[in-house]
Amino acid sequence: MAQVKEPDRSEGELPDPLEIPDLVPGCMAASKPYVAAPEFQKPLGFPGELVENWQEKAIEKMAELRGKYRSFRVFLDACVKCGACTDKCHYFLGTGDPKNMPVARQDLLRQVYRRHFTLAGKYLPWLVGARDLTEEVLDDWYSYFHQCSQCRRCSVYCPYGIDTAEISMAGREIMDSIGKGQKYSNEIIGKVLSIGNNLGLPKKALKATLEGLEEEVLEETGVPVKFPLDEKGADILLVAPSADYFAEPHVAGLIGYAKVFHQAGVTWTISSYGTEAANFGMFIGSYENMREIALRIRKAALDLGVKRLVFGECGHAWRAAYSFLNTLAGPFDFLDQRYPIPQHICEFTYDLMQAGKLKFDKSKNEHIRLTFHDSCNIARGSRLGNMPGGQFEIPRAILKATCNHFHDMPADTIKEGTLCCGGGGGLLTDELIEIRKKGAQPRMRALQQVAEEHGVTHMAAMCAICKAQFSKVLPMYGFDMEAIVSVHQMVSNAIVLDRVEGASQESEGGEE
Amino acid sequence: MLTVAYALLFYAAAAVLTGGLGFRIWEYARTPAPLKIPTTPAPTTRSGVAFRLFREVVLFESLFKANKWIWLFGWVFHAALLLVLLRHLRYFTHPIWEWVALIQPFGVYAGFAMVAGLLGLWARRFLVPRIRYISAPSDHLMLALLIGIGGSGLLMKYVARTDIVALKSFFLGIMTFNWQPIPADPVLLIHLGLVAALMIIFPFSKLLHAPGLFFSPTRNQVDNPRERRHLANWARELEAGRS
Repeated sequence: MAQVKEPDRSEGELPDPLEIPDLVPGCMAASKPYVAAPEFQKPLGFPGELVENWQEKAIEKMAELRGKYRSFRVFLDACVKCGACTDKCHYFLGTGDPKNMPVARQDLLRQVYRRHFTLAGKYLPWLVGARDLTEEVLDDWYSYFHQCSQCRRCSVYCPYGIDTAEISMAGREIMDSIGKGQKYSNEIIGKVLSIGNNLGLPKKALKATLEGLEEEVLEETGVPVKFPLDEKGADILLVAPSADYFAEPHVAGLIGYAKVFHQAGVTWTISSYGTEAANFGMFIGSYENMREIALRIRKAALDLGVKRLVFGECGHAWRAAYSFLNTLAGPFDFLDQRYPIPQHICEFTYDLMQAGKLKFDKSKNEHIRLTFHDSCNIARGSRLGNMPGGQFEIPRAILKATCNHFHDMPADTIKEGTLCCGGGGGLLTDELIEIRKKGAQPRMRALQQVAEEHGVTHMAAMCAICKAQFSKVLPMYGFDMEAIVSVHQMVSNAIVLDRVEGASQESEGGEE
Repeated sequence: MLTVAYALLFYAAAAVLTGGLGFRIWEYARTPAPLKIPTTPAPTTRSGVAFRLFREVVLFESLFKANKWIWLFGWVFHAALLLVLLRHLRYFTHPIWEWVALIQPFGVYAGFAMVAGLLGLWARRFLVPRIRYISAPSDHLMLALLIGIGGSGLLMKYVARTDIVALKSFFLGIMTFNWQPIPADPVLLIHLGLVAALMIIFPFSKLLHAPGLFFSPTRNQVDNPRERRHLANWARELEAGRS
């Protein structure tokens, strides 16, 4: 069994976040999530349990995907095994299991693809490493396609842009189609489709939570900041990850959005039908399920008659929104075309800052020495603002406007090279805690470096999964659980609120 | 007899290479990419994407970010191979184009660089445990094949020289369907046999990375999903009857 060394914070020399471990073959083979029971499979259109002729069905599914996805076909053909990606996956860096090297993870699928879809694999399987789809191979698929957080870090470094996320999505889709789904993701998709959000919060509970927040903010600031639910005719529909309604530090971010809307003088609402920004359909590679979830947001926007669509802080949700929403649920010709559709809350806040409409009291965050964790799906699967790379600059600009002390982590661990938190891609479930902890190691080491060098105390992130994952693993690496903060929590702390609603126009031209 | 065999071999190899590659490209082109998945930050315009692909093809930009050793060996091999191929045009053209004559000396040295790059890549397959783990027999054989081609070529240039004038008339002959005898030098025959083998293997192997790069959605897509709706034909069919 591989032992990942605990960083000893009292020692002088800090480990390199990207230190390459020795190979420990098979050390994570036993790490696998719970298999979905029939009750979680069927509502998504998948067989309840492993079908009898699963080999045959799996190959049929591969043939289908090969015709529907160019990425699948090109990525399986093009790899030359150059090895550029082998040291890029945080799960490999944290475990040393060679099957967590991106190319080796792809090869789990590629070996079967070659056996059935290539000349060499059909007649000379030993030559090109082709294999039949045996039970052993299926087990490997189930283990190792659930040790990929689909963060796309490997795709940055591949000379052909091969994205292992596409392969692990395809692998999961094939497994779903033969009845071997993952409980965590599929149960959650079922909840969104039946109730409207990942947590299964009914409208009543949502309403109570939002009313509670209104009272809390009023008490704290003396300003009546609203948290409206299902308000027809509002300007903006806010779609946030449902963790924003109950988890820490997520809620603090939600309060931040509400304060920004208040200052902007816009009307806004949350929908109890299309509450959820997260879209786990992406994790399981299911276009159909991803589309169903996206269509709820379209329907919510139509029913409430809003003019704009703004998304809260969530990584994969923003990828699904920015990159896929228009495809899955567009065209959004009924919304106000003067604004980006959809718009990210950070873009919204940043635009107000540029227009001089927000004032911040940085001293409120004086106790915080901050760094920023780029969430992988935002960094490598989407954009903020008008310029490529805006996804890196805009959140940093917001954080620097709200806090005097900001220090980036080492350059090869941020921005397009950012490291996954270790819990993305449908891995944020308790039975996978070992791989989650080990996968977080490179990020934790990078954080340790700025903690030592610059006395950094807190790390901001703009992703619900990152926040939940870090809350859990930070203490395992000797950090405070509350060291992880929302970007809009920093905004919330520092924003100067006008007493009177809609008075924001008068605050233009502040000293900020 | 030998002439007939090699002439037919090269007709076959050229047919497999162009036909096979054409078929692959047609397959890639007609397979839809249903979602926008460029690895970001990505260009927001088509010309930006062309420039990104240019940097990938000419400079191996992503590989450079990934690993300097693989980049060095890989880039030297490919650049040298290009020069060597261009240099070889002199055996297929009459009169020789001026620029082909001009690059001859560089092409000769490139032969050494090419083999050196290949040896570096092969050494990594043995010496780096991660790369040893991911290497299949075909990965080793492919390098052996290329080194065989480069090595036999260098051998002809510096040790066992062949009748290059006769060879040129052989190739001009098969190009104009007016066959001329091939020189019966063993090194030359090995060299040409390996080249033909490479041409035949190309469309069925990882050598598809060459056309593949141009069809890779993470590299060839424009980052504009909010501005333009991207929809595959099979996905459009799902929309029937939607609100």
